[in-house]
Amino acid sequence: MTSATSPMAAPREGYSPLRLLIALVVLAALIAAPFLVYPIFLMKVLCFALFACAFNLLLGYAGLLSFGHAMFFGGAAYISAHTVKVLGFTPEIGIIAGTLSAALLGLVTGLLAIRRLGIYFAMVTLALAQMFFFFCLQAPFTGGEDGLQAVPRRAFFGIIDITKDVNLYYVVLAIFVIGFAIIYRAVHSPFGQVLKAIRENEPRAVSLGYRVNQYKLLAFVLSAALAGLAGATKSIVFQLASLTDVAWQMSGEVILMTLVGGMGTMLGPIVGAAIIVTMQNYLASLGEWVLVIQGVIFVLAVSLFRRGVVGEVLAFVQARKEKAAARDAAP
Amino acid sequence: MFELLGISPPALFGQLLLGLINGAFYAMLSLGLAVIFGLLNVINFTHGAQYMMGAFGAWMLLNYAGIPFWGALILSPIVVAAIGMVIERTLLRRLYHLDHLYGLLLTFGLALIIEGLFRRQYGASGLPYNNPLPGGTNLGFMFLPNYRGFIVVASLVVCFATWFVIERTKLGSYLRAATEKPDLVQAFGIDVPRMITLTYGFGVGLAALAGVLAAPAYQVSPTMGSNLIIVVFAVVVIGGMGSIMGAIVTGFGLGVVEGLTKVFYPEASSTVIFVIMAIVLMVKPAGLFGTAK
Repeated sequence: MTSATSPMAAPREGYSPLRLLIALVVLAALIAAPFLVYPIFLMKVLCFALFACAFNLLLGYAGLLSFGHAMFFGGAAYISAHTVKVLGFTPEIGIIAGTLSAALLGLVTGLLAIRRLGIYFAMVTLALAQMFFFFCLQAPFTGGEDGLQAVPRRAFFGIIDITKDVNLYYVVLAIFVIGFAIIYRAVHSPFGQVLKAIRENEPRAVSLGYRVNQYKLLAFVLSAALAGLAGATKSIVFQLASLTDVAWQMSGEVILMTLVGGMGTMLGPIVGAAIIVTMQNYLASLGEWVLVIQGVIFVLAVSLFRRGVVGEVLAFVQARKEKAAARDAAP
Repeated sequence: MFELLGISPPALFGQLLLGLINGAFYAMLSLGLAVIFGLLNVINFTHGAQYMMGAFGAWMLLNYAGIPFWGALILSPIVVAAIGMVIERTLLRRLYHLDHLYGLLLTFGLALIIEGLFRRQYGASGLPYNNPLPGGTNLGFMFLPNYRGFIVVASLVVCFATWFVIERTKLGSYLRAATEKPDLVQAFGIDVPRMITLTYGFGVGLAALAGVLAAPAYQVSPTMGSNLIIVVFAVVVIGGMGSIMGAIVTGFGLGVVEGLTKVFYPEASSTVIFVIMAIVLMVKPAGLFGTAK
């Protein structure tokens, strides 16, 4: 089931002054953004970007396609909304509770799913997520078809007033940066190297003495927890947790975001999330066409640009560098 | 004895029959998935949408062309299979050299397109389709509606015919050989690419046939496929895609288990198959009839 060299391999990334400069410019833009763009829209992009980054940790770096990530996103949204709305805690407690429960759910799901490889892994995660969907449909605390609505925006840490969208935006931005930093560290660590080794050639990683399943499980739990972080934050922003968040369409959307942006790249999922959320925003009035357009993007992305937007850019830069190097080497 | 459990025999047998019908659809769909996966190494996510297209095909043939159920039973699967073969030739074929996951993603995208188009045209609610075999037979212990009996018999015939063709005929031996070693079979002068196209068409046709059979039993609706396909994936994981007979037995078996759950513990009826999948993964990860991984 595992091919010798996975086509999902992406160009390597490293540190450089230019990269640091770009990061600073982006950060400055993110801080200025809510004065230029509608903050709720930005927060939606950030939540989905974090969700897609978490998903990409699993698909892009460990080579595991989960078709059930909605279960962690939506599950955490329910727990977080319930903690805040019904139990009356402050939002940060809700978000932590949501993230931890997503991690726990990820542990149980991961233990089952990593017993199968490749295509079966995708089917098992999809089926387990569907089971969770039916559980949410019937469980009393989720509010069934209505979901949990009007989750109050209590003061964050008891001091930050998040009823103002701009304030909430900076909280969400901080959460996103923390989540992204965790993913960045995980990918650029020995742990991340082993994940890539497993993605490229699992039998070889086994023969080198790595306990492959433990690495996969840890990656799965980490990805689930961060997806949960994104979902919990989303429930605070939109004051809503509903069945949409746990449905299989949501799992499909996060795959689409990662695929369009470029799987196996750090920035790809963010770009992909921005593209898809923007598209949904502008096309919302078209109703059923959104589904069709998403499907068309899927087909185009898989058929024509499998590296995604960021992946294509990186490949282009890489090709130019090699060309320049070849020219310099020539007499 | 049944009275002791508080369940009346007619209710029990009624649910058993419904389970058997669901099982018939699980069996036909997982059979098609297994045949396609065997040769193409693609998990056909579009399978649910193609099942739905089969049902809509029957509805359209009746409402736009006046062709009754029995004609649709032949025509609709042929049309849907032809569309499937075009998809295989134009899109799927370009992905065979890549990781299997890309095939899954492509067919997922196609499923979204097809479902979206039908929802746009016909709305999300169901359309009725008249029962072609009204009436029923009293079997003494229960009342058997004729059409429901027909579904079970028809799908059994289709499943065993498929098993016979693949396991017992020359054509089937080519297919099995190509599943094992496509390049060697190609070297013996058999046109493997054409065989792949026809196999995909056949699998899709099976899904569409199941769709036509489902049209009078359930409502014809754009979402009927996507809800079913996820359960069928679980069925495939439980059975393992190694054997044709395994897919048939697992499909019918799980349908019956689901029906029984509806009688004894209705709350769990929508999740029981997924729970069984989790247990099977713990006990026998390769699936009940699966070999290796």
